[in-house]
Amino acid sequence: MIHATGLSYQYPGGKLITFPDIHGESNDRLLILGESGTGKTTLLQLLSGLRQPKTGQVLIHGHDLQQVPRREQDQFRGRYIGMVFQTPHFLQALNVEENILLAQRLAGQPVDRQAIIRLLEQVGLSHRIHAFPRHCSQGEQQRLSLARALINKPDILLADEPTSALDDRHCQEVVGLLEAQTAAVRSTLIIVTHDQRIKDRIPHTITLKHHV
Amino acid sequence: MYSLWLSWKHLVHKPAQLTLNLVLLALSTGLIAGVMIFNQMVTERLDRNLAGIDLVIGAKGSPLQLILAGMYHLDVPTGNISLQSAKPFLRAGHPLIERAVPLSLGDSYQGYRIVGTDSSFLQLYGLSISQGRANQSPMDILAGAGVARALNLKIGQTFQSVHGLDDNVDLEHADSPAFRITGILAPSGTVADQLLLTPLESVWMVHDHGDHPHDEGQTEADHEITTLLIQYKVRNHLTLNLPRNINDNTDLMAASPAMEMNRLYLLLGAGTDLLHMLAWIILVVSGLSIFVSMYSSLQARRYELALMRVMGSTPGGLFRLIIQEGFLLALGGGILGLFLAHAGIWAAGNFLEKEWHYAFDAWIFLPEEGWLFLGVLLFGILAALIPAWQSRKVDIAQTLVE
Repeated sequence: MIHATGLSYQYPGGKLITFPDIHGESNDRLLILGESGTGKTTLLQLLSGLRQPKTGQVLIHGHDLQQVPRREQDQFRGRYIGMVFQTPHFLQALNVEENILLAQRLAGQPVDRQAIIRLLEQVGLSHRIHAFPRHCSQGEQQRLSLARALINKPDILLADEPTSALDDRHCQEVVGLLEAQTAAVRSTLIIVTHDQRIKDRIPHTITLKHHV
Repeated sequence: MYSLWLSWKHLVHKPAQLTLNLVLLALSTGLIAGVMIFNQMVTERLDRNLAGIDLVIGAKGSPLQLILAGMYHLDVPTGNISLQSAKPFLRAGHPLIERAVPLSLGDSYQGYRIVGTDSSFLQLYGLSISQGRANQSPMDILAGAGVARALNLKIGQTFQSVHGLDDNVDLEHADSPAFRITGILAPSGTVADQLLLTPLESVWMVHDHGDHPHDEGQTEADHEITTLLIQYKVRNHLTLNLPRNINDNTDLMAASPAMEMNRLYLLLGAGTDLLHMLAWIILVVSGLSIFVSMYSSLQARRYELALMRVMGSTPGGLFRLIIQEGFLLALGGGILGLFLAHAGIWAAGNFLEKEWHYAFDAWIFLPEEGWLFLGVLLFGILAALIPAWQSRKVDIAQTLVE
């Protein structure tokens, strides 16, 4: 579960951006909508601890993100937060399986090849297990990044515009997978997007407004 | 271990870059090590052949040539001296001279030099017999271990010698009495391994025989030798002045091996210094190459590094990843370089053994090589230091939105 209250952020020389409170229990699905420039990505980075808020607090897995010692922040993020980006990126030197294994290792989790194979089956990539990500199609890459984000059964899955680079068919496919897979590990799913195609599927939405 | 594996994966992911860096590192390490080993081997080999010889006496000419021909059997002799003029030094009970070994050079068999001498030669180099007998009559041959192995010589075998030191069959002493192998020496690691020893009389007999018209009518008094190898009893002001006395007052020339070899080392040293400098320049270039390739790939890998941070890696983890890449490169380049150096010495040794009958053991490792190897490892880590430090500073949030 995640609770973010009173969050605000100010870029150096920029104006102060305030964000609505966000609450998500396990299994919740939440859509954060907003035009570009409304701070969607910034919010996501605050929620994942990649940026420090000017005010406010983020609670994940019962821990105040800002209270987690600096040395443990990276491990904490790797363990409890999964992230999916608009354009999926991978370590080019590693193949599909090794990229997912990397997520387990970096989060300090035990290596579980069976879990990797199961997860790749569930996202329909078991035939690509030894392929290199750059040889996979756009849709495959996004499904792979999904599998990587979910392998550690995170409390929160944060998806930043996961569908805007995909066509309609792949868009529905990825959203379906996001929902099904987060439900399977009882994660809170938060999707930040301006993609109107998703709106109908996830009822719980928060809309960010331009700051005047 | 996993982190090391990751570094390895990143290196092999760019095979062209990896190859370039490895080749540069291996070349520089190999050159430095090669010069080091070669120097060490030549010095050691030449030193071993000094055999406590204090003075070499022969015909007037170049002192260095005299030493090279008389002690190392590398160059052609400066000429011959009459046995008569050498007699004073050969006299037992000489106040200054402990041992004087007469050598008569000039003939060879299949490129190996035949040395007319006496039993004092065996004592000088501390030689022992492995087969056959040590006591020799004229035309008997005591073969060095290396020659025996190379030419597959057996006791009782006979051959005609060739005039001169090259393997030129046209100059064979066809009408002279044949030499006969009567003994084979145990390996000593000295120049004696590559020689065929025979009593002085054999050489005279071959040349008295008459196939050299100018030698005809030689009498006992006309007998010649080529050089005398002298060991002093003690070193004092008398022995100090002995070479100058000989050079000033006789037709002979005396040369001090220690002095001449020092001059040779100085000459050789200039060449090896140049090679050394070249090797260090290549090492610096390879360091730059590692640095540049890491630094530029760091720019391309920023997103990957940010991603690793998102997945739980610490800044220290990324730092280590890149340092390890430098380390692995240096490890590979260093091992390759040392192998290259020894393979080079091995090849050169084969050539030297064939051309000059000088054997090298190419697979002996020097302690200095260990230090060189450690230095190269440190060097790889140093080259990766700045890129690694930069990796700590990647702004993940900023990079991920780019």
